[in-house]
Formats: sequence, C-alpha cells, structure tokens
Amino acid sequence: MAQRFTLNVNGKDHTVDVDPDMPLLYALRNDIGLNNPHFGCGLAQCGACTVHLDGQAIRSCVTPVSAVGDGKVVTLAGLGTPEKPHPLQIAYVEEQVPQCGYCINGWIMTAAAFLRDKKKPTEAEIKTALEGLKCRCGTHMGIMRAVKRAAEMMG
Amino acid sequence: MTKFERPAAFSRRAMLKSGGALVVSIGMPISLDTVLAVSEANAQVAGQFAAAIKPPLTPDHLSSYIAVNADGTVAAFFGKMDMGHGITVAIAQMVAEELDVPFKAVKMHLADTATSVQQGGASGSTGIQLGGKQMRMAAAEARRVLVEMAAERLSVPADQLTVIDGVVQSKADATKKVSYAELIGGRYFNVPLEWNKQYGNTLYAPGKAQPKKPSEYKIVGKPIKREDVAPKVFAQEDFCTDVKLPGMMHGRMLRPPVAGSVPVKVDESSIKDIPGARVVWQNAFLGVVADKEWDAIQAMQKLKVEWSQVTPPFPPQASLYDHIRKSAVRKKTVEKQNGNVDDAFKAAAKVIEAEYEWPFQSHAAMGPACALVEVKDGFATCFSGSQKTHFVQEGIAATLELPLEKVHVKWLTGPGSYGRNDADDCAADAAVLAKAVGKPVRLQYMREQGTGWDPKGPASVHKARMAFDAAGNITAYEFTSKGFSRIDVNTNGGKPEDTLAGQTRGVELHSGDGFGVPAESYEFANKRLTWETIPPLLDRASPLRSAHLRDPVGPQIHFASESFMDEVAAALNLDPVEFRLRHLKEPRDIAVVKAAAEKAGWQPRPSPQRQTGVKVNGRGIAYAQRNGTRVAVIAEVEVDRSSGKIYARRFVVAHDCGQIINPDGLAKCIEGNIVQGISRTLWEEVKFNDKAVTTVDWISYPILDITETPEKIETVLIDHPEIAPSGAGEPSIRPVAAAIANAIFDATGVRMRRVPFSPDRVKQAMA
Repeated sequence: MAQRFTLNVNGKDHTVDVDPDMPLLYALRNDIGLNNPHFGCGLAQCGACTVHLDGQAIRSCVTPVSAVGDGKVVTLAGLGTPEKPHPLQIAYVEEQVPQCGYCINGWIMTAAAFLRDKKKPTEAEIKTALEGLKCRCGTHMGIMRAVKRAAEMMG
Repeated sequence: MTKFERPAAFSRRAMLKSGGALVVSIGMPISLDTVLAVSEANAQVAGQFAAAIKPPLTPDHLSSYIAVNADGTVAAFFGKMDMGHGITVAIAQMVAEELDVPFKAVKMHLADTATSVQQGGASGSTGIQLGGKQMRMAAAEARRVLVEMAAERLSVPADQLTVIDGVVQSKADATKKVSYAELIGGRYFNVPLEWNKQYGNTLYAPGKAQPKKPSEYKIVGKPIKREDVAPKVFAQEDFCTDVKLPGMMHGRMLRPPVAGSVPVKVDESSIKDIPGARVVWQNAFLGVVADKEWDAIQAMQKLKVEWSQVTPPFPPQASLYDHIRKSAVRKKTVEKQNGNVDDAFKAAAKVIEAEYEWPFQSHAAMGPACALVEVKDGFATCFSGSQKTHFVQEGIAATLELPLEKVHVKWLTGPGSYGRNDADDCAADAAVLAKAVGKPVRLQYMREQGTGWDPKGPASVHKARMAFDAAGNITAYEFTSKGFSRIDVNTNGGKPEDTLAGQTRGVELHSGDGFGVPAESYEFANKRLTWETIPPLLDRASPLRSAHLRDPVGPQIHFASESFMDEVAAALNLDPVEFRLRHLKEPRDIAVVKAAAEKAGWQPRPSPQRQTGVKVNGRGIAYAQRNGTRVAVIAEVEVDRSSGKIYARRFVVAHDCGQIINPDGLAKCIEGNIVQGISRTLWEEVKFNDKAVTTVDWISYPILDITETPEKIETVLIDHPEIAPSGAGEPSIRPVAAAIANAIFDATGVRMRRVPFSPDRVKQAMA
C-alpha cells in the first residue's frame, strides 16, 4: 500500500504517497509532473527513462521508489537549461541529432555520466559506454558526432 | 515559445499549473483558431480578398492553408506532420519563399484536424512532394492576392510592385509601401482555390498564381536548422505521451495469450482492491482503467480472465516461407510487362534463377503507442502521435458513432513512427475506453504489446530469373514477389475494421491486397514484374496482421531484385556497377549509380574477391527508384567468418530527389534511413510460435546497436532545382539490404538470400 516518500529531484524535495514498489519513472512523470523521462520498455532495455541517481545513470522504469532513499535524482530537465546548457545539450542542438527524440534521455544522461568521469574518450570507448541504448529512428551517426563534440567541449 | 508550437500547445503552456502537472483546456469549439485574433477594428474592413470570419475549413479555401497574423507573421496550416525529418522546416521554407517573408516569420501548424485539411498525414514520403506542392501553390496565391490588394491600396499597378520581407512596395518609389499585416493581418483570406476534389496525399488546390522560378529562390535550398530540436534536448517539448487532462484515468489493454482467442469470463473482483480500477469488456475488446498509471498496470496484470480455447493459428516459424510458397494466391497483378517473356524463357540457352526471403518485421517504435481521448457532451477530443490524424478522426467518429465534426484529433510528437504502427490502434482503443468510463483516458501500450501486437511489415518470397541466348546475351527477365499483403490492415485507422478496437469488437473485415514490384529502369527486350498476395494467417485481431512499414515492401523487393542483378553480373563475370550501367535506361538512374561509384572510389572488377582469413572485407552496390526519387547505395562490410558477425562499416549514398529544399535535413533523413536499413537487414525478424508472436522486447527483437554503427555514411546530394521535388523519407532505405548482401558476396563468395543476416545465419551460410 501507499507510503510517503520524499524524493529530491533536480535539487528540490517532493513528497509523494505511492506504492513502494512503483518504479521511480511513474513518480517523476505523474506525481512530480516531470514528463521528460519516457516510458520505453519498463524492462531496462532501452534507456528512454534514464535519470541520474547520485550521479549515476539509472533506468527509472525498474528502480522502485523505495530504493531511491535520500539519493539525489537529476532528470534531463535538471541537467541543463537553455540559459545554462550542458555541453551535450549544446552539441545535440548543433548536430541536430534527434528525429522523434523519444530516446533522448537515455543517450544524453548516460553520456553525461560517462563524460564527467572520462576525459578525451576514444570513439570505441564512447560506443562501449552507450552500448545497449536504443534509438529506433537510427540517429546513431548524429549521436556519435554530438557526444564527440561534447567530449571535446568538456576537455 | 518555439516557432513550431502547435495551437494545442498554446493553451497547454498557458495553463501550466503549480506542481508542474500539465493541464490542458479541452472541449474547445472545433472552429476555434487560437493563432488568429480577430480584432473588432479588423472586422470592419473586410474587403474583396479578406474576411473577418474564417471561411469553412475546406480544401478549396486559401484560408485553410495560409493566414497572416495581426503582427505580420504567417500561419501555415499543414495536413501532414513531422516524424522527425524536419519537414516542418522544409515546408516553412517553401511557404516563406513564395510569400517573400523571412523564414522566421512562418509558423507551422501541423496535422490538427481543427486547423488543417485532410492532406493524408505522413505518408509515402509525400510530405514535400505532394504536401509541399500544395503549400507552395497556396503561398504563391496568397502573395498574388496580397500584391493585388496592395495595388489597390497604393494605386500602383500590381506588375510594378515587389515584395520584400512581407512588405509590398513600388519598384519605382520605395516610399509607396504597405505591409502584409496592414493589408490583411488578423483577418482571413477569402479566396477560392481550384480544388481537384481529392482528399489525402493527392489533394491539390492551386490558385491563379504561378510559383517562383528556382532561379529566384532565396530560402529554398538553404540548410536551415530545425527548431524542434532544442525543446526536445531541454525536455521542454510535450509528446503525445505527456498530455494530462483533469479527471484523467489511465488505461491498459489485455491481449490474449493465444492469438484469436477471446475472453469468455472476466473476474472483476480480482482487481477490486485497486483504486478506481474498472474493466471495459466489449465482445473481444478487453481493457482496464484506474486512477493512477501504476494501478492500471497492476490491474492489467492481476485481472483474472478466462480465454476461449482455440486452435493455435500459426504455422511453425521454420515453415513460414514454405507456407507462403504453397498458399493460394488471393490477388495477382502483373505491373510491368514488355516483349514475350514466356517464349523467351522457352527459347533460352541458359537460365539463372534465385529466390529470396524476407521475414515479418515490427515497427517496434521507441515507445509503445499512446493516446489520450476525452468524450464529453457528444464531442471527442484525441491527442495522438499518429501519422494520420485526419484518418484517426474518421476512425474515432465511426467507432464512437459520432459525426466527423464532433471529433477533434490533435497531433503531438509520438514515440517514433515509420508507417502504420500501433498509434492508430491505440487511439481507437482509448476512444472505446474513454466512452465506456465517461472520463478522459490516457492509454499507453506495454512494450510487449507495442512490439508483439503492432501491425507487421509483411513476410515474402521473391523469385527472379534471367534468360540468356547461346552467345550469353540477356534475352528475358522475370521477377515475382509472393507474400502477405501490405494492406491486410490499411495504412491508417480511418475505418474500425483496420484497428484492433474494431476487430475485437466484431466489425466486418475487409482485408486489402497490395504488394509491389521493383522500381528501376533496367531495359530488357522481354521483361515481366509481378506480385501476388496471400491471405493473412489469422484474419481477425492478429499480431501478424500486415501493413505499411517504412518504405512498404520496398526493402524486401529490392533486396531480392538488386541481389539478383548482382548474381547475374557475377555469373557474367562483370563488374556490378558496369553491369547496371549497361542495362539502365534513365539518365538520372545512371547518374546516381555513377555518382555513388565515384564518391566511393569504386574500382571496376567482378565479384567475388578470392580472400582467405577470418575477417574479410567486401563492397556492394544496389540502386532503386521510388516515386520519382533515385538512390544508389554502396556498402562496405567486414565479415567475421568465425563469428558470423557483419560489420557494415561504410556507406556512400547518391540521392536524387529533384529539387532539394533543405540539404541539411535531407542528409540527416538519409542517415536515418541507412541506419534503420542496416538494422532491418542484419537483425530484425519477428518470431512466433503456433500461438503468439514471441519477439516482444528489445532482447527478443534486437535492433542495430550503437557499437555496430558505421564509421561513415557519405551522401552525394544531386540537386535538380528545375525538377519538382520528390520524396526522401523512404527511398534510401530501399537498396540497403541488397547493398550489404552484395558486399558480403564480394567479401566471401557466399550469397545471403534470406534476411536478417544475423550471426548464426551468416555462420551457417559460411560453413
């Protein structure tokens, strides 16, 4: 049955009364009103729901709310803004990456965590870091260009 | 606010509530046009070409396509949508060009049934080819009318006026000027058009104006960037999955464990502890709703249902192609024939023949379909990511038995779309749920329903044969496709019979027949191209019902026909490019083949190479036409003979779609085609057992991974400003499979005749 949780999302506390087993994705989308993490599979197979939990890219579609604890959740909306963009967001716009854009959370949030820890990655290292994420529109070439561009910006 | 925000988004943003939940105002009158604020003052000055009240939203009115706002910006109402290829930019470029307004002044409004006419939706790569053609003519007519209005206002003959950035001025005296905003801003064009009385892709309604000559273009042809990218990247764009209405419930559907079985007993008490949970059961239609989304999912999982016992409908997967070969033909069409093929084969000294096989493939959209429907006071509102909102409007009207004008479908970006996927089914299902519970219902399918139950690209077998005389000259060519229909369910949800909601609720079925033939200009004295369709494996509510999947049947047909051309070239010990150039007739086809070969640094020699070693490399070419567009693709692949893994390393694409509107958008569109084409060639196959589809997620239905991304995709864009633009959304996916197959043959001497070229299958072929 429903329990009360306080979730710290994009630097702000939100109190939600939800089933402890409910995946974080639904709390973010429906209880907190952050639409940007998307439901893609509910199976941690595609990445469309990816957010950061204490800096690590996680799949919110399989992460129970009860497992979040006092961890800090950051979504794509919290990664950067048009006024203060993350380098990956600048690169994504410059390279005009997305088609439908439904997959975007997976690639940007995963790449953001990767590039924070890995400076000057090789192309092969980037690909390995992003392995398993899905983009059905086939924007893979643009994704690689954008991540390489962001990596350069991040030194 | 971005340039491309649609009318629906205006009210939604305006009503952003504290706490972040988006709340939409709904039930607005269907004629409400939020972009055009008609002031009292303007209402007083309606003239010959202007009206204070909007003329009816019909194809024969200029106001149905173009309006000038009070601030001089231009609203363009387009009955098609942008599936991510940037067509919004391209159409805005065409409109701005013809109107002589800055590109930034044009705001596109996409596929809202309340503001646009039925232009067919995203369909057949016709966005620019047919949709853009109409918008160009409408914009040209708007300019003509505005110049005439200015001529009267300024007392200067129209032919002595010019337009610069939306200001009409005298060529002789620049002080004599009047802006579009002053002429008609905030009012509507009251100008009839010569409509061809057709709806859909072929709708055409020009005015009296002639469009500009390409030599006059300032905006068309420029690589202008998309403005919908930043909102996506900064998480500011709402998808159709994101809309929320007051009092909204969440729905989930239940599908049978054995295709064809129906619920015979539903125990509603099994979900009585779930807040708000209710069952909607109508004949074989079975869904649940609950107040919260997670609860709806729980209800779907916990609902106890007894399903009818039926004979499992599907043959063993391993005998799929035998089934196709042996099935009675439901419809046969000889689409092209010249000479006397039968006599030529009888007289042949030698015949080469081969057969090729292509599996069912899934749209497997990035997210399973979602739709939100509210039925209130005899009026239905639907938010959908469908490619065909005007058809969804018709489908919902028929499903709910409402007049068409009582249904409003708003388009918002959906979770990916490459044809007739599950979006239209979802809209119809949501409509049934919403009507049944009397509240707005947001329905999203689950992953296994999206991949397992979306309409499928049809499986097929293709037979090709070539006849030679004693001297080795080609005397005849025949190509025959036999497969499931690409319109077993139609390309849109315009009729209940084409949706799962209609089929499960028991409407009469009308399975259509359609396939296709190779689109090329190979000239042979005797030539015949034929297709045959067979009935579906299960006629009603089948997870293997077949429909349009990106470039409907194009990849399968041209995999076969262009592989076969390569086989013939190899048999004749000819270079594959040289062989094609010998037989191609049309100059633009010859040009794309030559352009691709030149860019790729193609060195003439026959295939295959005689190579040893575990990892070997090869190159292959394939070419095709598609509704006026021509494309040649060269693939370079690495084959690991021990693992069977294919790495499609490099692609060169020469692409001619006539006049190029936006080269940047075009190049990216081609890249997506190639990558999706590689995916479908190397990995994608719908699998099933006798009861159900078993490829239901990204593990069982793998697609190309980022680690398998080509190193390079190079494009040669051949621009023909003098030739009306044709499509680009699909043509370049068409030759990909054959280019890869031909490259594998070049590398190894092994001919792959069945897609996908998964590692186990390649390994087996190499053994």
